[in-house]
Amino acid sequence: MTQKASKKEKTPRQPMPEQAPEVRRRNFEEVPLGYTAETAVKEAQRCLQCKKPACVTGCPVQVDIPGFVGQIAQGHFENAIQTIWGKNSLPAICGRVCPQEIQCEGECILGKKDQPLAIGNLERFVADRAREEVACEFPAKAAPTGKKVAIVGSGPSGLTVAGDLLLKGHDVTLLEAFHKPGGVLVYGIPEFRLPKEIVACEVAGLEKLGLRIECNNVVGRTVSLDELFEDGYDAVYIGVGAGLPKFLNIPGENLIGIYSANEYLTRANLMKAYRFPEYDTPLAKGKNVAVLGAGNVAMDSARTAMRLGAEKVRIVYRRSRDEMPARAAEIHHAEEEGIEFYLLTSPTAFIGDENGRVVQMKCLQMELGEPDESGRRRPVAVEGSEFLLDCDLAVVAVGADANPLLTRSDSEIALNKWGYIIADPKTGKTTKKGVWAGGDIVTGQATVILAMGAGRDAANSIHDYLTIGW
Amino acid sequence: MFKIVKRETMADDTVVLNEIEAPRIAAKASPGQFVILKANETGERIPLTISDLDPERGTITVIYMVVGKSTALFQTLAVGDGYQDVIGPLGKPTDIEKLGKVVCVGGGTGVAVLFPITRGFKDAGNEVISIIGARNKDLLLLEDKMEAVSDQLHVCTDDGSYGHKGFVTEVLKDVLDNHKVDLVVAIGPVPMMKFVSRLTYEYNVKTLVSLNPIMIDGTGMCGGCRVSVGDKTKFACVDGPEFDGHKVDYDGLMQRLNAYTQEEKAAYEQYCKLHQT
Ligand SMILES: Cc1cc2nc3c(=O)[nH]c(=O)nc-3n(C[C@H](O)[C@H](O)[C@H](O)COP(=O)(O)OP(=O)(O)OC[C@H]3O[C@@H](n4cnc5c(N)ncnc54)[C@H](O)[C@@H]3O)c2cc1C
Ligand SMILES: Cc1cc2nc3c(=O)[nH]c(=O)nc-3n(C[C@H](O)[C@H](O)[C@H](O)COP(=O)(O)OP(=O)(O)OC[C@H]3O[C@@H](n4cnc5c(N)ncnc54)[C@H](O)[C@@H]3O)c2cc1C
Ligand code: SF4
Ligand code: SF4
Ligand code: FES
Repeated sequence: MTQKASKKEKTPRQPMPEQAPEVRRRNFEEVPLGYTAETAVKEAQRCLQCKKPACVTGCPVQVDIPGFVGQIAQGHFENAIQTIWGKNSLPAICGRVCPQEIQCEGECILGKKDQPLAIGNLERFVADRAREEVACEFPAKAAPTGKKVAIVGSGPSGLTVAGDLLLKGHDVTLLEAFHKPGGVLVYGIPEFRLPKEIVACEVAGLEKLGLRIECNNVVGRTVSLDELFEDGYDAVYIGVGAGLPKFLNIPGENLIGIYSANEYLTRANLMKAYRFPEYDTPLAKGKNVAVLGAGNVAMDSARTAMRLGAEKVRIVYRRSRDEMPARAAEIHHAEEEGIEFYLLTSPTAFIGDENGRVVQMKCLQMELGEPDESGRRRPVAVEGSEFLLDCDLAVVAVGADANPLLTRSDSEIALNKWGYIIADPKTGKTTKKGVWAGGDIVTGQATVILAMGAGRDAANSIHDYLTIGW
Repeated sequence: MFKIVKRETMADDTVVLNEIEAPRIAAKASPGQFVILKANETGERIPLTISDLDPERGTITVIYMVVGKSTALFQTLAVGDGYQDVIGPLGKPTDIEKLGKVVCVGGGTGVAVLFPITRGFKDAGNEVISIIGARNKDLLLLEDKMEAVSDQLHVCTDDGSYGHKGFVTEVLKDVLDNHKVDLVVAIGPVPMMKFVSRLTYEYNVKTLVSLNPIMIDGTGMCGGCRVSVGDKTKFACVDGPEFDGHKVDYDGLMQRLNAYTQEEKAAYEQYCKLHQT
């Protein structure tokens, strides 16, 4: 027994094979290549199978981590996927994009002394295997209830509600403003981090379960919420995300070559501008690119610019390295790909040429001052530190606000002072009868897994409403 | 698919009309709103104004000028073909009310955008004076339709091949000198809207213009369509497309419209080469 335990500790965390940085920085193929079955088993065997697994408390949807990891360790991959599906219907996606270091892996006991278990990599492994090799058996559907549900927005939140309610026997229609379903998973997160084929496969799985998808339907414009009820829907779920770009509001921001991250990434991902002119949507290619912000969205923009052929890509961020909100893996990947970090740097103006194209950015050097209300040390400008940075393309990635298009079209939906929908944190119920909401439109820009968790709670509440009452 | 049920060409084949099956949009749209169309899988999202609609037939009509690759691709679509995606109605409807005397000024394809708005003002009981212009007689659009919804129609051509020789602003000045005008609606090329607004500013007459910046989503999600109006940044797709003409930064709008000139030119030339035979 003691011998076994010490042997386990000695196996190091199995590294994820990846495309080499010099190669991948110029292509759009996925960066991590995935575990082989052998590596997965070896990694899974590191798990101590804790009686009170700390990892599970770190997962927002409480995936039975020791359960599925134990099944991998024994080579029972089909069982492992069923175990995960019990709590998480999009594991191929979560395994790739969850900020594991602050969630499941952040709590893993192995991490106290050594490297935590690679839970995300293992989750991804079983999900990919289920998709590629095994014809995945969905759980059986309940008998039809005759109730109709409309879901507005096809991001991870809406997809989760759809999956859950279909299994419970309801008739579900997904309404999406864009011409393709998937939300941020298709228009925001780039191909090299989340292949679109995976999202398409998840969506196709739901269609097989009976999901109807109506793209090109901008709810609030094409139809109103009240019209949905008139059309015979019994309940509506709103998962429209936080799609309103924030700008810096500094001089010169409307110059050509300055994009919101939403625009830059939508052109690149959804419209496939990286394949222009095969695809018709153009996207400016910069030589000197500046990306403002340091979250996942900023890393995705910077790495996209590098892949589009930029000579220099700089992340410009007014706080320090410790405050960067991006996933650790993405910051690491970005650095490996040659992206430079200008930390404690705050842009104050953009400067254009005679054609209105951006050519330079004015910046101030910052230093960390006293902590603010959030406990983070507030950056303050160093006097006389102004300097110029060459930049012919800038991407503003400093966050998103609530898009008011739908919410302003219906006065019965109460909003908080920032414009997000007020929803019961346990059930997702809004102030309008028969309407639920969840995901980024309730919480502000958060994570895929939190949006899914909110969807799961709302689906349970919607089911209760349809079978019992409001 | 959104099927094309009628197709016409005008203005020497440089302008095409499509009547498209889109029942939901037809039931919902108001004057001043637009749709975004995408022809096929690899296509670009192109905004076009809803020039007319027939809720009973469930159709909308768009009129577009062929100016680049995407509109050239649209031009190849025949009756029975369709657009893969049509999204709408987008944008704020025109604020149509009974004001008294309204002057509607349109240039080029702007006339197609102007027509439903003109009809709206006429139906609301206003006296409508319309002024439409084009480079020459062959390029003039919708003269009959505009005539039918206007109390007076003035026509101008740059080369004098038809109607008044000269720009719409000259006729407009004349109208402003002789009438007490409550509102001017001006839709056309950016320079035209700029000069109309300059003129009406002198006469202190409220002026609405409809802006056409480059768009992608049309739902306020990307900020690509931002324009400066009265020193505030507005998103034309949701805050507009109509704005107070006296407050718009036209030069900024012109610049942003040229953002992709090089790429567009290259794409169009390649497209033309491929489709010459
Ligand atoms: C570039 C980028 C990278 C990110 N990286 C990560 C990451 O690595 N890990 C992570 O956990 N999270 C990441 N996030 C955050 C995560 O993607 C979001 O928190 C999550 O997608 C929110 O899901 P949602 O379902 O609430 O909304 P969304 O994914 O935003 O989907 C909303 C959908 O609703 C549609 N919609 C909007 N309005 C309407 C309307 N009126 N009618 C019909 N449809 C409408 C939209 O078009 C969209 O498709 C990232 C976000 C971005 C932008
Ligand atoms: C709200 C709105 C309503 C419009 N209504 C009409 C209309 O009723 N009839 C009509 O003929 N035109 C209309 N336009 C303009 C029309 O969208 C452009 O002419 C069209 O996009 C050109 O595409 P292209 O690929 O053929 O040409 P390109 O070669 O790509 O470009 C030609 C010019 O069109 C502009 N343009 C390019 N892409 C876009 C885009 N995605 N969005 C907007 N402008 C773009 C560029 O500034 C460029 O100078 C409208 C534009 C807007 C924003
Ligand atoms: S869903 Fe995310 S947080 Fe939960 S176990 Fe999987 S990777 Fe970890
Ligand atoms: S905390 Fe770590 S070691 Fe313990 S069960 Fe979870 S993954 Fe395994
Ligand atoms: S077109 Fe994207 S915000 Fe207007």
